[in-house]
Amino acid sequence: MILSIASGKGGTGKTTIAVNLALSLGTVQLLDCDVEEPNAHLFLKPVISYRHPAYVPIPKIDYQKCTYCGKCAEVCAYHAIAALARSEERRGSVLVFPNLCHGCGACSLLCPEKAITETNREIGTVEIGQAGEIQFIHGRLNIGEAMAPPLIKKVKQYLNPAQTVILDAPPGTSCPMVTSVKGSDFCLLVTEPTPFGLNDLVLAVETVRALGVPCGVVINRSDIGDDQVKLYCRDENIPILLEIPFERKIAELYSTGIPLVTARPKWRERFQKMFSQIQAMSGVPQ
Amino acid sequence: MKQVLIISGKGGTGKTALTASFAVLAGKKVTADCDVDAADMHLLMHPRIREKHEFRSGFKAVTAKDKCQSCGLCRNTCRFQAIREDFTVDPLTCEGCGLCARVCPAGAIHMEENRSGEWFLSDTPYGTLVHAKLGIAEENSGKLVVKVRQAAKEAAEEEGADFILIDGPPGIGCPVIASLGQIDLAVVVTEPTLSGLHDLLRVEELTKHFKVKTGVVINKYDINPQVADEIESACRKRGTLILGRIPFSESVSHAIVAGIPPVSYRDPEISERITAVWEKIKQELV
Repeated sequence: MILSIASGKGGTGKTTIAVNLALSLGTVQLLDCDVEEPNAHLFLKPVISYRHPAYVPIPKIDYQKCTYCGKCAEVCAYHAIAALARSEERRGSVLVFPNLCHGCGACSLLCPEKAITETNREIGTVEIGQAGEIQFIHGRLNIGEAMAPPLIKKVKQYLNPAQTVILDAPPGTSCPMVTSVKGSDFCLLVTEPTPFGLNDLVLAVETVRALGVPCGVVINRSDIGDDQVKLYCRDENIPILLEIPFERKIAELYSTGIPLVTARPKWRERFQKMFSQIQAMSGVPQ
Repeated sequence: MKQVLIISGKGGTGKTALTASFAVLAGKKVTADCDVDAADMHLLMHPRIREKHEFRSGFKAVTAKDKCQSCGLCRNTCRFQAIREDFTVDPLTCEGCGLCARVCPAGAIHMEENRSGEWFLSDTPYGTLVHAKLGIAEENSGKLVVKVRQAAKEAAEEEGADFILIDGPPGIGCPVIASLGQIDLAVVVTEPTLSGLHDLLRVEELTKHFKVKTGVVINKYDINPQVADEIESACRKRGTLILGRIPFSESVSHAIVAGIPPVSYRDPEISERITAVWEKIKQELV
């Protein structure tokens, strides 16, 4: 079963839920797909055994074959190639802007002179390791790289659907979150009972519905705001699977990288119970 | 005119609450909400929309069933697995490269311009607000951010504003990079946790990479004064400005629930600390 943990609003407690769920369930995979700012390793402290650089393809021009016809620039939807035709005054030139390239392959496929091949550009690293019974995988995007989804896809390549997979998604509702949550059997949306929490939860629910993934809600810091989130969930028939009241002590433990279930073992049972409910709701055979 | 960007790396550290508070304090200013896929500024600033604009960016492939010969070339060529088994296109996965349309032997695929979202120019009790809403699961958050920035700059020039205050997105990816252009000071809001410190170091590497002057505010610092000290120590080593510390207070959540920027709410210590941070920011901008 693939269970993703997402939100909409940042800082609601996705990593807290993902980490504590994984620690409560035993032999699982935990995929930290927040490749821009991965945090799960700070709590799980995995022993990393493999480190792979992650690459995306970018075009490489063979200037012996290139006639500066400009076809590549014409077919590039992202303006990642600019071509200047040769003239009497100057040689032609073709310029590639790697940061704009989506790796679609159009330029290399459609170049009439077969002058474009693809070469690899490193965008980040995938790290794989073990934290007790948990198989841990995360990605770290190189600083200055704009696009998270290609690295998220590389992390997801290690996903083993035959196991229980807990997937920590990035915040937001756009392509990094979508790439992470797509294909999940269930998505747990973590929120807080404030206008920000509600506003962003509504967006997140719309997104997971568009992805066809069933969802449930966890309300973190459940006693610090108002009841609008609860009312919304009731109106939309979205199950609230866990409520965690605010406790300064829990925040302090979090600040030092100590998981909740390590400090308060009674919480294991609550996370296990929630997981059983999710299994029942998502229709994945147990 | 000075442009101040408020970012965090880690989500949920208090960017929006602080940006709205600066908007209360800042005199002649324009405010921009660049957290386009989970925008929350409007919940504290209560805009009356003056202008609404459609945002169109990129394309999506659409297949015509009547022309399709089911040859499968499109599915084999698409690098993003965006074409389903029935040869319809999944708009959530399609990256709009257009290669399928070019290779289809039956001319059964065309590209449609994508309506990705909207942006707004609004009046608020705290001055002009430029804000946006990205469509569900859309890409191109970076392009919409650029649009919002442009509109904010134009409004600021028209009004003779002294400041543009920009509520930024979490993370380090394309929407953050798009927010960093022409910024006079990047204010990184962090929290005294291992996650906060980890993410701060990454986003700060990004601002330094783009040669943007950077300062740090430690929010909720008393949750872990030791980690707060570590953060300040790291800043000093790296030549990052320390703009101030704000204590944790439940009154901030109450302010947000009430729809009031925390600096204007009932907690004098919080008001004083936020004001001190703003004064420090102004000093650094001279």
